[in-house]
Amino acid sequence: MGTFIQLVVDGLATGSVYAALALAIVLVNQATGLINFAQGGLAVLSSYIAYAFVQLGLPLILAILVAVVLSFFLGALVERFLVRRFERGDPDTAVVVTIGLLTLVTGIAAVIWSYNNLGFPSLFPLTSVEILGAVVSVRSIATTVTIVVIMVVLQVLFLRTKLGLALRAVADNPNSAALSGLPVGRLLMVGWGLAATLGAIAGVLVAPQLTLTPGMLDTALVYALAAVILGGLSSPVGCVVAASAIGVLENLVAVYVPLIGHDLKIAVPFVLIFVILIIRPQGLFGRKVVVRV
Amino acid sequence: MTLLELANVTASYGPVQVLDGVSLTVPEGGSVGILGANGAGKTTTLRAISGTVRTGGRIMFAGRDIRGLRPDQVAGLGIAHVPEGRGTLGQLSVRENLLVGAYLRRGRQKISADVDYCLDLFPQLQDRIGSRAAALSGGEQQMLAVARAFMAKPKLLLLDEASLGLAPSTSKTVYEAIRRLRVESGIAMVVVEQNANLAFSLVDTATVLETGRNVLTGTSAELKGMDEIRRAYLGG
Repeated sequence: MGTFIQLVVDGLATGSVYAALALAIVLVNQATGLINFAQGGLAVLSSYIAYAFVQLGLPLILAILVAVVLSFFLGALVERFLVRRFERGDPDTAVVVTIGLLTLVTGIAAVIWSYNNLGFPSLFPLTSVEILGAVVSVRSIATTVTIVVIMVVLQVLFLRTKLGLALRAVADNPNSAALSGLPVGRLLMVGWGLAATLGAIAGVLVAPQLTLTPGMLDTALVYALAAVILGGLSSPVGCVVAASAIGVLENLVAVYVPLIGHDLKIAVPFVLIFVILIIRPQGLFGRKVVVRV
Repeated sequence: MTLLELANVTASYGPVQVLDGVSLTVPEGGSVGILGANGAGKTTTLRAISGTVRTGGRIMFAGRDIRGLRPDQVAGLGIAHVPEGRGTLGQLSVRENLLVGAYLRRGRQKISADVDYCLDLFPQLQDRIGSRAAALSGGEQQMLAVARAFMAKPKLLLLDEASLGLAPSTSKTVYEAIRRLRVESGIAMVVVEQNANLAFSLVDTATVLETGRNVLTGTSAELKGMDEIRRAYLGG
């Protein structure tokens, strides 16, 4: 029983990392209608920026804040000067551009900071507490709490605020939204900026655990995309639930299904994706996209 | 007082010139129709006004040259465009569509009162208030598009073929509501319509376009009396 609980708790902790990235992907999708494959890469870059400020002698919390703010502008600039050129065209083109951006950002980080693993200081104490016989690190708890708070904030932003409504309107139909006076270009920049901010938070939360490398979030991105598909592209709550479920399930399957074990556990989310796409393509919590002609 | 004046407006999509010197005058509170065959430039004239196509010539609105402004800037000056194909925001609910229409306005209570007014104008939308726009019927979407434009409280409403693809009885309902809107709010209108009977029910004057040029301009009564208009647009 103790093992089981430990596995679940560890799974939730990894799941919260996937959730953070998944939330950023949902944010960009809600605000622009695109999937941003560079989300993880930008988050890593933000973490490096925080790292650089720590190296310069800034206190950790301040370095993180500066990185988070700079990330907003980084995201907005990426939208304004790169993605905007492709927004009015085929959405597939824009998505491929984000894949290119991922490669570029990873490369830039490697040129500046090399591929060596860098230690990133943790914002939270490294002590552990015992819950129901399982050992849980304070860091995991704090990370999970942060993610849940962000999730709630996003849900409220999208469904209860004027900015959220405007972001969704622009994602739905930018040309038509402009006719109601919505500054489409500016709103798209804000959407990308917010997503980059969120990515930055995700990055600095997991960097102490994973250690900083240019490809730090590559695997996490795969899981995050799985979570986004499972939970539904339109639902922050859905993707957090899905990310946690993936984290837990992956751990449990690795231990309790000997056929799969630790080597094949990465296949678990993909099997889930297949099943979900066949049974419920809009995701567990997502709303079906209805088109009537 | 002239609210909107187009003088010698030209517009093209790439190398294809669609407007070749269109002129149009809308007095404050007035309603002007644009008639013409497919491809005559009716829709493009509206797009020229709302800034969704590149244009030449002169477009004056409320004493200000608005040519070359972005669509959201034009909207900010008080021009609401109900575009061809309705342009409703499919994944947003009916209520959210209406609130998007009021994006540039302040004052919750007034906005909420105007939502109620729209639901009174189009009672069919009342039952669908929480539904997503994409799930509405064509007629309901058209009503929503008009209501959303009204939510901006514009000085000028650009209406592009509100009858397109609708059953005759539905078009009639939509036009009756727009007529009521005009009487009660005094909004000036530019009405593009293939169905001249519907157009004449709503406009004081009209202009006929042919290959991007005005060929005839007159009051509704004058135009209705002309044989060529009867034959071309009124079914004999």
